[in-house]
Amino acid sequence: MTATIKAPTPNAYTRIISVGAYRPARVVDNAEICTRIDSTDEWILERSGIRERRYAAPDETVIDMAVNAAKVALERAGIDPTELGLLLVASCTYPYLTPSAATQIAVRIGATGIPATDISSACAGFCYGVGMASDIIRSGNAKYAMVIGAEKLTDWFDPSDRSLAFLFGDGAGAVVIGPSDTPGIGPTSWGSDGTQIEALGIAPSFLEQRQDPINNVPMLYMQGQTVFRWAVTEMARVAEEALAAAGITSADLSAFIPHQANNRITDALVRSLKMPESVVVARDVVMTGNTSAASIPLALSRMVEEGDAPSGGLALIIGFGAGLAYAAQVIALP
Amino acid sequence: MSEDILAGLAGIVNEVAGVPAEDVQLDKSFVDDLDVDSLSMVEVVMACEDKWGVKIPDSEVKNLKTVGDAVTYISANV
Repeated sequence: MTATIKAPTPNAYTRIISVGAYRPARVVDNAEICTRIDSTDEWILERSGIRERRYAAPDETVIDMAVNAAKVALERAGIDPTELGLLLVASCTYPYLTPSAATQIAVRIGATGIPATDISSACAGFCYGVGMASDIIRSGNAKYAMVIGAEKLTDWFDPSDRSLAFLFGDGAGAVVIGPSDTPGIGPTSWGSDGTQIEALGIAPSFLEQRQDPINNVPMLYMQGQTVFRWAVTEMARVAEEALAAAGITSADLSAFIPHQANNRITDALVRSLKMPESVVVARDVVMTGNTSAASIPLALSRMVEEGDAPSGGLALIIGFGAGLAYAAQVIALP
Repeated sequence: MSEDILAGLAGIVNEVAGVPAEDVQLDKSFVDDLDVDSLSMVEVVMACEDKWGVKIPDSEVKNLKTVGDAVTYISANV
């Protein structure tokens, strides 16, 4: 007789137990940005809503920022780092293809040896991670997981590029996810559209750079109008899908935390989703700029710290960006 | 036909960018005269697609410099 494989013991539900953030010390306002691009504070505010962003120090790395955010989240969760059964790190600016940032971060937070890997889904990466971590805990393959979004975008764009230099900043945010007696993370609505590679990304490749190190430096590129149109139409649909999958409507939400790409995208989504006035909308982009995979946990952290929305209240999170990739969930606020 | 499209477009530009509808004339440039920025232009285009059932791809949007360009394109493709 064939032996029976023992399956893990599943957990019924999961929730985000805690969130932690790290914002680099240096504040860069629009006046400083305008010393490098031909623009004005008013122009930047109108196009993006951004007033200032944080820049990491030259010697401050994606890993340094991730570790700082992770430590805050761990302390707030009240668990020992060795209790983590999984570490997922979402980043599109970690400057090594291998090994992953996650393995190094695990060491620095006192969790050497745990399963740890990176997610390459750019601005959607954090929500991809939340979905995967939640499902792995529900399966019983891990009890606690940490998901980090960490980015040092300032290494990857031309500060004199008028079309995008004002948008981006650096930072990191982390959450601890664990089992729960009640549902705290809804089903993930996610997907990708690989036909739109020209819309957003970092290019040329490292191989092309080897052939011409001066002219082929990998840098962020973006077709702003294409990304904007996709975000405000397709992401409204995905947001509706995530709400329906969770069995709620926007009237049940305490908060809406979209990827902090640009306030204009947030405004358009709020309009097309007909978000009730009672829903608190994340506007962290104003003080933080666009931090790609770090933007949702950074905004979530600010919301929790400032008491803008109640613990246990429901929030819709939605990440979208290069790929084009996207993921959304309804969560209970930590 | 063109008059109807111009009137409809004026309503859209007013709603998206707050430009007085009477300022939306055929010879006006969206960017230079009406101060419709690139993202507002996308919203104008999407509203036109909804209203007239036309497809205005991103590659075409950059060619729509004046209100007249948009009216001509919509008339030809509606």
